[in-house]
Amino acid sequence: MKKKFMCMLMAAAMTLSMAACGSKSDDTNTDANTDGTDSAEVQTFKLGSSGPLTGDAAIYGMAVVQGAELAVNEINASDSKIKFEFQKQDDEADGEKAVNAYNTMMDWGMQVLVGPTTTGASIAVADACYNDRTFMLTPSASSTDVTAGKDNVFQVCFTDPNQGVGAADYMAENYAGAKVAVIYRNDDAYSQGIRDTFVKEATDKGAFEVVYEGTFTNDTASDFSVQLAGAQNAGADLVFLPIYYQPASIIFSQAKAMGYAPTFFGVDGMDGILTMPGFDASLAEGLMLMTPFSATDEANQAFVDAYTAAYGTEPNQFAADAYDGVYIVKAALEAAGCTADMSNEEICDALVSAMTSLKFTGLTGTDMTWNAEGQVSKAPTAYVVKDGQYVKG
Amino acid sequence: MTQKMNKFNSLKKTTKVDFATYLGVIVVFIITTILQNNGSLKRSAIGLLVPICCYMSMAVSLNLTVGILGELSLGHAGFMSVGAFSGIVASQSLMGAIPNAPVRLAISMVVGAIFAAIVGLLIGTPVLRLQGDYLAIVTLAFGEIIKELINCLIIGYDENGLHFIFNPAGNKTVDDLGLSASGTAIIKGAQGATGTATIATFTAGFILVMITLIVVLNLTRSRAGRAIMAIRDNRIAAQAIGLNLTKYKLMAFVTSAALAGAAGALYGLNYSSLQATKFNFNLSILILVFVVLGGLGNIWGSLIAAAALTILPEALRQFADFRMLIYAIVLIFVMLATNNPQVKAFFQKLLPHHRASAEKED
Amino acid sequence: MEFLSYLISGISLGSVYAIIALGYTMVYGIAKMLNFAHGDIIMIGGYVSFCAMFYLGLPNIVAVLLAVIVCTVLGVVIERLAYKPLRSAPSLAVLITAIGVSYFLQNSALLIWKAAARVYPPVVEGSMQLFGGKLTVSYVSLLTIAACVVIMIGLTTFVNKSKMGKAMRACSEDKAAAQLMGINVNATISATFAIGSALAAIAGVLLCSFNTSLMPTTGSMPGIKAFTAAVFGGIGSIPGAFLGGLLLGIIEAMAKAYISTNLANSIVFAVLIVVLLVKPAGLLGKSVTEKV
Repeated sequence: MKKKFMCMLMAAAMTLSMAACGSKSDDTNTDANTDGTDSAEVQTFKLGSSGPLTGDAAIYGMAVVQGAELAVNEINASDSKIKFEFQKQDDEADGEKAVNAYNTMMDWGMQVLVGPTTTGASIAVADACYNDRTFMLTPSASSTDVTAGKDNVFQVCFTDPNQGVGAADYMAENYAGAKVAVIYRNDDAYSQGIRDTFVKEATDKGAFEVVYEGTFTNDTASDFSVQLAGAQNAGADLVFLPIYYQPASIIFSQAKAMGYAPTFFGVDGMDGILTMPGFDASLAEGLMLMTPFSATDEANQAFVDAYTAAYGTEPNQFAADAYDGVYIVKAALEAAGCTADMSNEEICDALVSAMTSLKFTGLTGTDMTWNAEGQVSKAPTAYVVKDGQYVKG
Repeated sequence: MTQKMNKFNSLKKTTKVDFATYLGVIVVFIITTILQNNGSLKRSAIGLLVPICCYMSMAVSLNLTVGILGELSLGHAGFMSVGAFSGIVASQSLMGAIPNAPVRLAISMVVGAIFAAIVGLLIGTPVLRLQGDYLAIVTLAFGEIIKELINCLIIGYDENGLHFIFNPAGNKTVDDLGLSASGTAIIKGAQGATGTATIATFTAGFILVMITLIVVLNLTRSRAGRAIMAIRDNRIAAQAIGLNLTKYKLMAFVTSAALAGAAGALYGLNYSSLQATKFNFNLSILILVFVVLGGLGNIWGSLIAAAALTILPEALRQFADFRMLIYAIVLIFVMLATNNPQVKAFFQKLLPHHRASAEKED
Repeated sequence: MEFLSYLISGISLGSVYAIIALGYTMVYGIAKMLNFAHGDIIMIGGYVSFCAMFYLGLPNIVAVLLAVIVCTVLGVVIERLAYKPLRSAPSLAVLITAIGVSYFLQNSALLIWKAAARVYPPVVEGSMQLFGGKLTVSYVSLLTIAACVVIMIGLTTFVNKSKMGKAMRACSEDKAAAQLMGINVNATISATFAIGSALAAIAGVLLCSFNTSLMPTTGSMPGIKAFTAAVFGGIGSIPGAFLGGLLLGIIEAMAKAYISTNLANSIVFAVLIVVLLVKPAGLLGKSVTEKV
């Protein structure tokens, strides 16, 4: 009996001590502002970012935290009066883990959050940010549910409805009378969200016809022969793919293998396909996509080179959004005149009022502005892939 | 006092262990609450309290199926999912009728438990005749089916009541629900439940763990529980002495499902967004790991394993990229250390006292 | 014609499942353990062959051989280090260890090869046209189906005719009795893991050629599906795994094409449940009468 009781106590003690040590773990490098610059004017803010760094969606989370890290390093190396201390955390694209990651960063003293990466995780964290009054700018969570009803949550990327409507309008203008098939991932809020508004807008416009819709899920994202055969048999000459580039690359090669060559049309998640290691760029020939960022655009060359040098892969739109996100936070902090000794609540209130009057030009848009709901207003550019390069179309 | 002690000593060993388990949970709850109130717990620790309670309850309830009934189930997350989403629907739609959050939380957890129990009954009735790995694969299959079916559900609520759409083709949206202007969408198909009011509390988690313990321990120590264990130990002998196998198997399975449903409801109401894909095969496996690590049939072992393995990945955050790798290595080593006869013998040599008591236990 | 194209894609997908399921079934039949790390060995096979082709520029066939060798060694090493010490432990403990190994392989792959998906160049390119171009069949599909049939026949012959095969069958019947008859049980189990892992490497190459993509999590879902296929056909039975894999692939393709892509996996699993309820030991499994 005594032994069992001791076991319970030991377990309790272990549980508590582990909990404490888990949260203490990142306190080590707290005073980065002491090295390098002694100027009293330099303000060092604590900036956090999170995304899935393991698991299926790691490719997107890695891009976001690396893009943010690159921007932070650049800013810290510059003579800017605002500097950042940076922490990145793995959230496994999961609401529970994302809130854990957020709490860990709050323990560290995070003042501003540039993250999370994925929609589901962002909604869960946005709720916590709203309750704690922490300013949150998500680079890539595009659902309107992320920002809805929360004054302190902002987005760098387009909202899903925005993209669906944009794509439908573009098609109505340029491909009137086309037969369109949609292949989308229906366990993904991003893909489903764009598809919903796209189909609605298409029905309202009536300029072209949606003849086939095929879905897939994360578990079935490796074989699209059935969906492609369905689209082919329905006579679709245009295939709309509101999905990320990784499954899209499979669709292209399987379509080629079965001898089906429609015009493919992608959205911002498609960007990055040309730089996938080993991807045969000829498969994407003629691909249309509407994206705010292009790695082959000359204006973005400096960023692309720096990112490639630092991380060994070319950046995609997620990295660009996160990179912009850090600079947007910097611009907003400057505009609001925040100082590093302010609490996260004070910074949050200052940034919320600064954001709506901010005008920002970055990699992913010119003259971006934000409405009070936290949604960005910027224009996507339509590109077409020619000879393995984006050409404005 | 001495008299009381004597009375305690005269209790059966299992009863003592049960009391120690209850006492341990209560003590940990009180300590944690005190620490939380005087501000010495970090946010990251506080954030873990509710999920730990949910996982403890999941582990104990799965232990009822795997450890006590002796049937391997790989679909326990499916029941959690049913409980979570039905709990969320209940909570969101009762928002106007019952503004008091704790009462609504309690009702939602009961609703979650009921729905999970119904699903458990529907699944258990046909499949419990299977055994071993075949039963395991069928429960895995049901877990995956539940996940995909919930992915096809669109549910909204307005003053006319609940609106449902089952959307297997994926071409319907919230707009097709026909909600009135004041209505809200609760579950949006694959996008899951978003905008849920987060009303889960640590106290509710503690009560859930206590109820789970009371239900499971009392069932185990009852006549029915002995019948269940008899089926585990020797099915044919149990049948020969006239035990109704289906009845007792179902009893354990449905109880386990209901408790998982209640835990799911609490979990679902702790986060403002939840997708059905969260409750996948990996989560079922994770809970099974808690059970095996804690020891089959060992209830307090499940509690400790659930807490430790929920904290471990968070405690490993300092290792950044190597976090999950270290987690995997720890898992393998713990399994080797606790199950290899040589390693076990080595530890028992070091602790002669432990060996004596271990022998007594057997 | 439409139906035929769905059928062919179902059969070739099913063939990949069948090859993976054969590995599962071999290991299960002899070691009586569910090797959840099997799917991740597939992924390793994919990455090794990818690196050999893409970075080292080796010919495809050499790359495949290299993948087979690496996976075989890996399988045997894993068995030695992680599973052998647990030979006498309860089967659930081994199951959890296998899950730990699976996490380990996945996260090692994530660290070594990074998260970004690789585009996998198919080992054979091109396709052939049938019925005047109405039906296109890729060579990868044909290769997969052929490989599956060859492996199935080869494995059946090996298990039924060779000495090692006999030892394997003896071990699967009764390990203690086999040992008494002078069979080296440990060596037999190691050999089983070697064969299973070699099959996983081949399956990895074919799966990646079929999907043209490769990620650290590539193997997990096919692994679970193949496990389902093995149970479907009767776990422990070699023709059963073959049949189960093929049927699973065909049902999946047909469900996607004619019922609902959303519920394709559910339909596969529902068919599995119904089959198991009617034939509790799978399609070709022996139902063992319990001794009292």
